[in-house]
Amino acid sequence: MKKNYTAPYIERNSAGNLNKYAHTTVVRHQDSIDNVLIKDLIAEHGSPLFVFSEKQIRRAYRRLQDTIRIHYPLADITWSYKTNYLSAICNIFHQEGAPAEVVSGMEYELARHNGIPGDNIYFNGPSKRRSDLSRAISEGAFIHIDHLEELYMIEKLADELGITPRVAIRMNMDTGISPLWTRFGFNYENGEAYRTVQRLVSGGKMKLTGLHTHIGTFILDPNAYYWAAQKMLVFAQTIKDSFNIVVDYIDLGGGFASQNTLIDQYTPGELSSPSFEQYAEAIGTAFNASTFVKEHHPRLILETGRVLIDEAGYLIASVLGKKNLPTGERAVILDAGVNVNITAWWYKQRVVPTKPFPGSYQNTVFYGPLCMNIDVIRSAMPFPDLYYGDTVLISPVGAYNVTQWMQFIEYRPNVCLISETGKVDIIREKEDMSDMIAREFIPEHLRRV
Amino acid sequence: MNTDQLMTLAVNKNGFIFDPENGISYTVNDTGLFILRHLQKGVEQEELLNLLTEEYEVSKEHVRSDMEHYMAMLKALHLVED
Repeated sequence: MKKNYTAPYIERNSAGNLNKYAHTTVVRHQDSIDNVLIKDLIAEHGSPLFVFSEKQIRRAYRRLQDTIRIHYPLADITWSYKTNYLSAICNIFHQEGAPAEVVSGMEYELARHNGIPGDNIYFNGPSKRRSDLSRAISEGAFIHIDHLEELYMIEKLADELGITPRVAIRMNMDTGISPLWTRFGFNYENGEAYRTVQRLVSGGKMKLTGLHTHIGTFILDPNAYYWAAQKMLVFAQTIKDSFNIVVDYIDLGGGFASQNTLIDQYTPGELSSPSFEQYAEAIGTAFNASTFVKEHHPRLILETGRVLIDEAGYLIASVLGKKNLPTGERAVILDAGVNVNITAWWYKQRVVPTKPFPGSYQNTVFYGPLCMNIDVIRSAMPFPDLYYGDTVLISPVGAYNVTQWMQFIEYRPNVCLISETGKVDIIREKEDMSDMIAREFIPEHLRRV
Repeated sequence: MNTDQLMTLAVNKNGFIFDPENGISYTVNDTGLFILRHLQKGVEQEELLNLLTEEYEVSKEHVRSDMEHYMAMLKALHLVED
């Protein structure tokens, strides 16, 4: 009987760099997700394939909510639509009790389509159009004001509709991290936020119900949330003292880091990303030390999407070919690239084989199917020899991919959900030519070629 | 192709390779060891492809590309020369 073949490989031995994190270099395979075999998923639904785990989504939501409420009980976690707005995914969070947090008219419409009443929607974003605001005001949504033009527009609509809208002021501030996100809302330190409240109050057209901030994304320092909460609570007290207005809620936005590893990050994400407990403690410390909280018990709102969904999303991709690079590295071409997995540009995602492989590893670069040099899913990492048709599992990919994916030379693939009972449902069907041409019109003189 | 440097290597049956001239060591996998031993014996590459397909469950087309890559690795490590 002939021996199993693996590509020939030679490696020069060296002591190498010490790895103080004791991170294993052994590539472990994963052949199932929530006990559903990956080969069965591919056989049934094709490749590439996004897979979401309902069990992991619900577990993450409940765990975050419990952890936050241990430190401050009046806390609500909204579902940030932009992170993943497949309706099935949104509805899992809504079933768990999450209000919707939207950042555009399109997302607002989607939340309403999903059956969320306007008064359970928090409307952020810098680009609310007149028609968006009109609908949101009519339906009682919480509108978070980003700039003065928006404030003025809301005043005019309040008059036209005869409604007193519920609004919050969006604030930006120094929380000790870099870069400072100053583009959203009004600055706290230079008094712009105060002047905006003054302007809002003097207009007399709307009810100031909350304060909102979004300090950044993938925040690896939980103390930033302490400073954000502390400053907002001081500001809430200032508003109470100056205008006799007590805000109902403090919205700390999103930005909690998932377990992914940033491209430039040395330490692996699972070791460097703060735990839910660390974020909760930082926020809880600020809340529980605040005199405003002692007297008025505001609600704490969070909109942190990535940490709730990233690890629950997987991408299965198949090998279309391989080649040898002049650098001595092996290149593998997958049927899924940054067209569907755009967060590969930000993270060193985990790529693992879906079956055990004998033999040694060689440095392998994973490319997608695009005719672009930047279509790299993962730069060189030790990997066993792959063949045409072999599959790999890429994770975490649950956040921002099925919203930011692009239709560039490929159709978007099937997306399926593994329910808590192990049932597998398609929650977004793969595209075909009809999706490409559905909205196109060809002028009469261009119809013949 | 000049394989003189290969002749000086001490080759262990488990794939540990030692170069006594400079103290450098290498590790090869089973297939890499198979090729190395045959190159030391002076077997030509085309014949080596046939031997590989007789020894392993692999097609000649498949192994040819891997063989080219392996030879490029050996050249990069200065173990063979053009």
